[in-house]
Amino acid sequence: MTKAEEKALQAMACRVRMGVLTATHGAKAGHPGGSLSAADVFTYLYFKELNIDPADPKKPDRDRFVLSKGHTAPGLYAALAYRGFFPVDDLPTLRHIDSYLQGHPNMDTVPGVDMSTGSLGQGISCAAGMALGLKKQGSAARVYTLLGDGEMQEGQVWEALMFAAHYKLDNFCVIIDHNGLQIDGPNEKVMGLGSIPDKLRAFGLDVFQIDGHDFEAMEGAFHAARQVKGKPCAIVLETTKGKGVSYMEGQVGWHGKAPNDEEYAQGMAELSAQLAELEAV
Amino acid sequence: MADVKKIATRQSYGEALKELGASHPDVVVLDADLANATKTEIFKKAFPERHFDCGIAEANMMCVAAGLSTTGLVPFASSFAMFAAGRAFEQVRNSIGYPHLNVKIGATHGGISVGEDGASHQCCEDFALMRSIPGMVVMSPADDVEAKAMVKAAYEHQGPVYMRFSRYGAPVIHDPDRFTFEIGKGEVLREGTDVALIANGPLVAEALEAAELLAAQGISARVIDMATVKPLDEALVLEAARECGKIVTCEEHSVIGGLGEAVCAVIAEHGLACPVRRVGVNDEFGHSGPAGALLKQFGLCGERIADVVRRMYKYS
Repeated sequence: MTKAEEKALQAMACRVRMGVLTATHGAKAGHPGGSLSAADVFTYLYFKELNIDPADPKKPDRDRFVLSKGHTAPGLYAALAYRGFFPVDDLPTLRHIDSYLQGHPNMDTVPGVDMSTGSLGQGISCAAGMALGLKKQGSAARVYTLLGDGEMQEGQVWEALMFAAHYKLDNFCVIIDHNGLQIDGPNEKVMGLGSIPDKLRAFGLDVFQIDGHDFEAMEGAFHAARQVKGKPCAIVLETTKGKGVSYMEGQVGWHGKAPNDEEYAQGMAELSAQLAELEAV
Repeated sequence: MADVKKIATRQSYGEALKELGASHPDVVVLDADLANATKTEIFKKAFPERHFDCGIAEANMMCVAAGLSTTGLVPFASSFAMFAAGRAFEQVRNSIGYPHLNVKIGATHGGISVGEDGASHQCCEDFALMRSIPGMVVMSPADDVEAKAMVKAAYEHQGPVYMRFSRYGAPVIHDPDRFTFEIGKGEVLREGTDVALIANGPLVAEALEAAELLAAQGISARVIDMATVKPLDEALVLEAARECGKIVTCEEHSVIGGLGEAVCAVIAEHGLACPVRRVGVNDEFGHSGPAGALLKQFGLCGERIADVVRRMYKYS
């Protein structure tokens, strides 16, 4: 990855973060913390990795993305909007009555959303079903799904992992946003997960563990993931919850709370400054 | 009816899937380690590359079915009713119902006629659970002929469908050469003017037997096979209420939330003065025993249905 490309992705991730703040501020609700920790991977997927076409959101040979941690819809919506699936100006209608931007992703209303999610543990199974269906029909399309680390406490996640390994779904890539925090506190205090990479390996996946805010590392991992044959793969992203907004970083309290006017202004100012720096050359 | 051929509708389900699979390459079948009980093994033997065992993991299976359907395949997800509708309720609701996906759920071993396995496996709540999901079609066939036609109709229907089949052998009452099936349409099996018996599943044959018993006493009972619980054939219910003036619903399901309550709601909302009695499983769990004996013990038989009608006369 060239420096210019990396900077362009970083700048886009900055815009996605601004979209997250704008959407949750407009909604006076929503989940900024996990949207921000995943903003870089949303950006990488929609601006680099996925074979998709905003002009034809349902094209049959497209790669699929399932946001299993559906509560971070603000991050997904911001990436989709900036990628051209729908107007960026619609982001503040998030969660408003009669808006198509539902609190959790709705495939019936939002262009580019491949699966309706929100109930944790289900998206990964749906994504595995998509991967099986595409593989059986000879499609070259790949299926990606993003889970929260807390989500891995759902038993169904492990059912899905068993299934994906059993059917050798090598077109299936499980991404974990490992920011270490969930609603009630740190994962290890709420319900210890132990080593997520070790568990994933024990379930038969090839595992890549990288810095989830490093685009060059992501390029390496996603490229390597595409070479894996005969089994599914997982990319564990080490991330910071609330990444990019100083007062939200590493704070459990920002899991599911919207910024007020003052906090919104401060966050947008910080992100604008980051964006200006990235674009200044 | 001793010489009438009896076939468990789970067998019909497996055979219908095989037939459907032969002409429709988009049909895929999922099972959760019960293929020889749900009879999807019949499909599996014919089309092993289109049968996917999901192991003992029904929650995952329902969502896998949802994912498969988005790629243009038509999955039939199969398990016992207890696990398909009960254990995986929320998966069916959120990953199949909410996105309106084209998934067919084939649930076998409905009701207490599961028999010896006992209450843990005797699902009498599935109509109630599945009816409450917006857009879900809910059906249960009376016999082999109807079950096979239902599987085809489910395939032709665009959207989620729940079908409940039985382990217990039901008498074949339909003529396969003349029978046609339409989702949402009940069928008058026997004309009558004094009372209407609205039944589905194995209780259709019991309702026919009750009608015979009542005829001997000069009571003319109309028997309706209401295989589709949702969407309910309201016109047929209202016609029966107006023309017969009394209704008894018969189902191998809890009296709470099933066909009986659906019929009551239609009659009440139309302001008809038509008394209704519900024959079903009362607010209690089943237990182990031979299917036939259990059905009698729980009052899910022709004799009891006839008795309920007689008492309606006594107190009306």
